[in-house]
Amino acid sequence: MVTLQIIWLLLIGILIIGYAILDGFDLGVGCWHLFAKKGRERTLFLRSIEPFWDGNEVWLLTGGGALFAAFPPVYATVFSGFYLALMLVLLGLIFRAVSIEYRNKVEDPRWVAAWDFAFAIGSILPSLLYAVAVGNLVRGLQLNAIGDYTGGFFALLNPYALVVGLVGLSMFAVHGALYLAVKTGGELQLRARAWAAQSWWAYAALFLVAAAWTACCYLRNGVALPVVLAVASVTAIALIRVFSRKGEDLKAFFASCAGIALVMLAVVAVLFPNLVTASNDPSLSLTIFNASSSFRTLGVMLVIALLGMPVVIGYTVYIHRVFKGKV
Amino acid sequence: MDAVWLARLQFALTVGFHYLFPPLSIGLGWMLFFYQTRFLRTKDAVYQQLARFWTRMFALTFAVGLATGITMEFQFGTNWAAYSRFVGDIFGAPLAAEGVFAFFLESSFLAILIYGESRVSRKVYWASSLLVAVGATLSAFWIVVANSWQQTPAGFHLVNGRAELTSFWAAVFNPSTLPRYFHVIAGALVVGTFFVVGVSALMLLKKRHVVFAERSLKSALLPAFLAINLVMGAGHFHAVQVAKTQPAKLAAFEGHWETGTHVPMLLFGIPNEKEERTDFAFGQKNMLSYMVGFSADTRIQGLKDFPKQDRPPILTTFIGFHSMVYLGGWLWMLSMWGLYLLWRKKAAQNRLFLLASALTIPLPFLANEVGWVAAEVGRQPWVVYNLMRTRDAVSAAVPAGQILASIVLFSLIYSLLFGVWLYLLKRQIDKGPQPLNEEAR
Repeated sequence: MVTLQIIWLLLIGILIIGYAILDGFDLGVGCWHLFAKKGRERTLFLRSIEPFWDGNEVWLLTGGGALFAAFPPVYATVFSGFYLALMLVLLGLIFRAVSIEYRNKVEDPRWVAAWDFAFAIGSILPSLLYAVAVGNLVRGLQLNAIGDYTGGFFALLNPYALVVGLVGLSMFAVHGALYLAVKTGGELQLRARAWAAQSWWAYAALFLVAAAWTACCYLRNGVALPVVLAVASVTAIALIRVFSRKGEDLKAFFASCAGIALVMLAVVAVLFPNLVTASNDPSLSLTIFNASSSFRTLGVMLVIALLGMPVVIGYTVYIHRVFKGKV
Repeated sequence: MDAVWLARLQFALTVGFHYLFPPLSIGLGWMLFFYQTRFLRTKDAVYQQLARFWTRMFALTFAVGLATGITMEFQFGTNWAAYSRFVGDIFGAPLAAEGVFAFFLESSFLAILIYGESRVSRKVYWASSLLVAVGATLSAFWIVVANSWQQTPAGFHLVNGRAELTSFWAAVFNPSTLPRYFHVIAGALVVGTFFVVGVSALMLLKKRHVVFAERSLKSALLPAFLAINLVMGAGHFHAVQVAKTQPAKLAAFEGHWETGTHVPMLLFGIPNEKEERTDFAFGQKNMLSYMVGFSADTRIQGLKDFPKQDRPPILTTFIGFHSMVYLGGWLWMLSMWGLYLLWRKKAAQNRLFLLASALTIPLPFLANEVGWVAAEVGRQPWVVYNLMRTRDAVSAAVPAGQILASIVLFSLIYSLLFGVWLYLLKRQIDKGPQPLNEEAR
């Protein structure tokens, strides 16, 4: 049973990391959208992500479904506890989905400008709010005996969570800029590199601040693994800069992928074995052991994952091959 | 305001809006596959033109379907936390399976269908259209599995204050899964095929893109006829299953109060919940007993057999069910008319038929919606039939004010999206297909 619970923690980790890496680049592209020149540049931005974004968002759907299936109380507590924030995320996701598909359907500057704005806001808002949620999970939530969050909306907007939120935003901004550098050429590529370089400083600095803050206040469950992963994250983040300065965009992009994965694994390690930490009473925390589904469900789900995920990864790779190259 | 009531309103609003789009995707998806297959076989460029035009209409729809679908998946957790804790051991798996087995397939190959025509071979392109249709159809399977488990839960036992899985297959193929799945898929095919018929008729009425529209119209008349017959057949078996597994729901469908045999099927009536009878009832005697058990002696439970607190809201369920049946009847007549005209080679010339078809465009959507209302309101007061009441299922952590705020937010966004979707469909229809000889971008 314990093995299955740990496997499911890892599988959901993979799904959410997969989502962050994949949708991260198109969210990141969206963060830069309003900085691009109107017209052709912005069209190219969208062209670079058009074939991929919907597949990328399916990682979120699947991750959400898997969390629901494997750790129902966690899904229930987090989603109801972060109610308003999640509604804003949904708002953002809806607007960006539709703006990607609809922006180029009508050649009216006002139409295009409205969807450009929706796309940018719809990308920035989720990028920020996902990480604010992560910050609150690390910091801990006030829970009652049923596991319901009792802290209220404004308690979620605390300084620590906001710093973590900015880490997430800058992480995706770097990631998206690097993706653009890979996918575009000429002047736009140079500007994408410059954006990546600028936002990298914010990302690196914010990560260090958040890591130090976490180390001093929120390392409740062991030190070794979080520290190892944090050091690995710093290395990956440094590598982004190394490759990026040499103009090796693809390598820098992969370093950024590794950075996202390692930062998120570090978060998991900080929390482990908790998924939701009760700040008022540790015994109310939801852990992978007390909040999982039954042995049978976890087993069935594992079969589903083992049958399905290799094929899914197959499609993802295939689609990127079909649409490879610069736009 | 009452938080339970608000949560229900929000769910109804978001699912009702979402449910406009996936059925169209499924139905159009199979039409696209049909066109691609014909093109591959006959090399007739008209089929390519049809495929391209309808692919663009499909893409407009898919985006809204995906975006509003994420809302649905989040909403069990955001608004129905107690429900999620109670059923998560069973209910989450089909949602995850939908993503893994179906939705990745659909969205990946849709990218090829929309953006990749020039990047892959003819055969791969054809296969992509098949995989998109299969993906959409499989998606619906897992969603119907989850919803059917709420209607007729199976394969579980109650331990630790929650429903835990005892048999995955019993839960997946619970008594209502297959009848409901066939009915839902057939309903989606009705939406897709009648949409093609209606839009083509609209073009013909406006005398725009006439050659194309005529082919398009003719291509969809037979599929529309098949689909509407399929939905009625599947609907019959579904109703028989409801009679067995959810008798209170069937009684509410039919406004049937007194248990007994020789039960009529009502064409019209107004259920009167206070007086426990159906006023102005008018129908075919013995018919319901016949439909359920092939004999007038079939006994059918009436609403009075159920304690008042266990009865669904009867008027809504009754109206939902009956309007679905009426709409189905109209669609059947329209498709018969279309087939007759097709046989007489006058389908594209009969203005009255074209007008009727164009005006019918919204009706299959409406039929799906009211059918869904009948199915879900008929399940009340239970969120999981006979296991958990809807009022016990909501998120205690979410104050009513926040739900109200999100309802306002969703209403605004969804109205906007709906308007934009209609506008873009209209533009696409006005613009029409690309000329035959033009190559893909």
